[in-house]
Amino acid sequence: MDFLNALVALSNFVLVPGIAYGSQLALGALGVTLIYGILRFSNFAHGDTMAFGAMVAVLVTWWMQGIGIGLGPLPTALLALPFAILGCMALLLVTDRLVYRFYREQKAKPVILVIVSMGVMFIMNGLVRFIIGPDDQRFSDGERFIISARDFKEMTGLDEGLTIKTTQGITVIVAVIAVALLFWFLNKTRTGKSMRAYSDNEDLALLSGINPERVVMYTWLIVAALATTAGVLYGLDKSFKPFVYFQLLLPIFASAIVGGLGSPLGAIAGGFIIAFSEVTITYAWKKVLEYIGAEPSGLVQLLSTDYKFAVSFVILLIVLLFRPTGLFRGKSV
Amino acid sequence: MSVPVKNTLLFALVGGLILLTGFMQSWNSALLIMNMGLVSAVMAIGVNLQWGFAGLFNVGVMGFVALGGLAVVLVSTDVRPEAWADGGWGIVLALLLGAATVIAAVYVSRRVPKGMARTVAMLAVLIGGFFVYRAVLDPNVSAVEALNPAAAGNIGGLGLPVLLAWPAGALLAAGAAWLIGKTALGLRSDYLAIATLGIAEIIIAVLKNEDWLARGVKNVIGLPRPVPYEIDLQGDPAFVERAAGVGLDPVTASTLYVKVGYSILFLIVLLVLLWMAQMALKSPWGRMMRAIRDNEVAAEAMGKDVTRRHLQVFVLGSAVCGIAGAMMTTLDGQLTPGSYQPLRFTFLVWVMVIVGGSGNNFGAVLGAMLIWFLWVQVEPIGLWLMQVITSGMAEDNALRLHLIDSAAHMRLLTMGVILLLVLRFSPRGLIPEK
Repeated sequence: MDFLNALVALSNFVLVPGIAYGSQLALGALGVTLIYGILRFSNFAHGDTMAFGAMVAVLVTWWMQGIGIGLGPLPTALLALPFAILGCMALLLVTDRLVYRFYREQKAKPVILVIVSMGVMFIMNGLVRFIIGPDDQRFSDGERFIISARDFKEMTGLDEGLTIKTTQGITVIVAVIAVALLFWFLNKTRTGKSMRAYSDNEDLALLSGINPERVVMYTWLIVAALATTAGVLYGLDKSFKPFVYFQLLLPIFASAIVGGLGSPLGAIAGGFIIAFSEVTITYAWKKVLEYIGAEPSGLVQLLSTDYKFAVSFVILLIVLLFRPTGLFRGKSV
Repeated sequence: MSVPVKNTLLFALVGGLILLTGFMQSWNSALLIMNMGLVSAVMAIGVNLQWGFAGLFNVGVMGFVALGGLAVVLVSTDVRPEAWADGGWGIVLALLLGAATVIAAVYVSRRVPKGMARTVAMLAVLIGGFFVYRAVLDPNVSAVEALNPAAAGNIGGLGLPVLLAWPAGALLAAGAAWLIGKTALGLRSDYLAIATLGIAEIIIAVLKNEDWLARGVKNVIGLPRPVPYEIDLQGDPAFVERAAGVGLDPVTASTLYVKVGYSILFLIVLLVLLWMAQMALKSPWGRMMRAIRDNEVAAEAMGKDVTRRHLQVFVLGSAVCGIAGAMMTTLDGQLTPGSYQPLRFTFLVWVMVIVGGSGNNFGAVLGAMLIWFLWVQVEPIGLWLMQVITSGMAEDNALRLHLIDSAAHMRLLTMGVILLLVLRFSPRGLIPEK
């Protein structure tokens, strides 16, 4: 029984939040890695792209709530998601046309593109703050829990409760659907194959008649969809605050690099590695250890939660030192 | 128009803008802009050393600036012997143990042959070391933080003159930069960017959470100043008399006097650093740096140790940012870790360097003064603009209220637009590299 209690406590505080957070990071890292693979630069504006997409979703959700459209137990934000994706796609295509295309034609060095993306980050950040303000916004509605701690205790008779929030369930389901769609697109469709070809070897792809502008456009469209989904899921799970998305940049980049920049599979693995390390290292293990018979004197928390960025950073450093191409052998140029 | 004339005119323009602020608003705000502009110029010189000379992309400026601020607290606040007696030495011991663990791990990774044995040995060293470190650190930290937590609760400082904190800030920042450079330099250029972004966040997290160090988010206020206090000046009959002689009331005169004092100090530091950077640029060392920046492969073929030179210039540039951070904290008279925002302290400095002209020290200084002026003034201009645009709307129109409320966020938007426009149409900046 104690072992089961330990397992439930572990799931409640480590596994479930870790899986939800990992899915959000994986979606974000997929966007970063796609841009890196096709456009060949690290996009510093990615966090703020997520914030922009999520902001559109928040606004549409409020409008829908206002006129009484809803999904019952599910959050209305899911209905708003397609509109938010469209909004984000429009923003990214306009940005590409106005900003990035010029440098692509110039064949500018990647580091120049990174600086340009810094400027885009400023503008997007300003735009989001300008439209919705810098404060916390709540937009989740519907049923709060799939299983609440009390129901779980009554059902199983254990001392420990297991809580699964609706948003956590939705995060995982939506992320699985998004990733499945992405891999289907990349592996089965003609456009997806041309994208992978372009990422592997630009010159060869151009020689075989692949239109680079088309590939780039599809990349931005997919990135918009991924970033918005990640942003909305994160916002539903925690809350929407523009500055937090900027801070997500570090774990997202860490995920993409740990997995191997340019490798979609690596981005997903990296997302979960970073998420689980953050959660396990900042979790106080006292409770779980007590159930399995140990008598720890302190909380057995390796690091306080304020240092969760340090965790992703240290993992990033270890990977950079010992395997700079990442776990899945991404690009190492 | 010849180049020197154009450059003089550009500097005169910025000087004119600051003078205009003095006439239109007040001399106090003009001097405020000027002082922070000078500090920003020092930061811009640091970033220019890294980016302009060597092409290193450092987005962790905020972290090095914050370390400079920490140096001010550690050097200039009063000594607290009771804190050292209760746990200060224990904390130092714990930190040494932590460092020893890392060194031992590096030693293991160098000496033990690659394979399972090495991984196991390294993990054992690191995990064992971590628990020893925490076991020594935690009780000492609680002891120090329990001492008079409302007013202090930290290990205090060395009680030295505050000006000594400026070189100390440079040393702290240089140490952090060396650690980061050792790991991230020599890899792809983006990796350094992400590593520096990370270290900056971590430095801020440490400053916010380690109360024993500099009181965390409880802030350290009332730091010693290198210039006299306004109150003392107002109480000094000689000063009041002199102020009356120029036709100023003692309160205004004293605030102006203090600010001019800071300006002079900052100007001296800026000029010394500018001179040093100019000399470095002209020296064989500077030519080598630019050669490495322009073609790493060729420079390496000529026998230059690229990674080592990069590490050198990265440490130097970060040290300059550390000095700037110490100067800024001295100017503020307080250390508030909560106020360090990457957009303000990292990315804004980048806008300064790029707008001014990367690779040119005078460009960096000009860009810093100009962009700082805009950063301060865009908000009132934006507010005014919004009021003009919305003047046709009703007083309580929701859109009007929203627009006026949001005018404060115009800053980021403007900075982004300026950065993109300069990169697109004048990528070499206002004063291009020669």
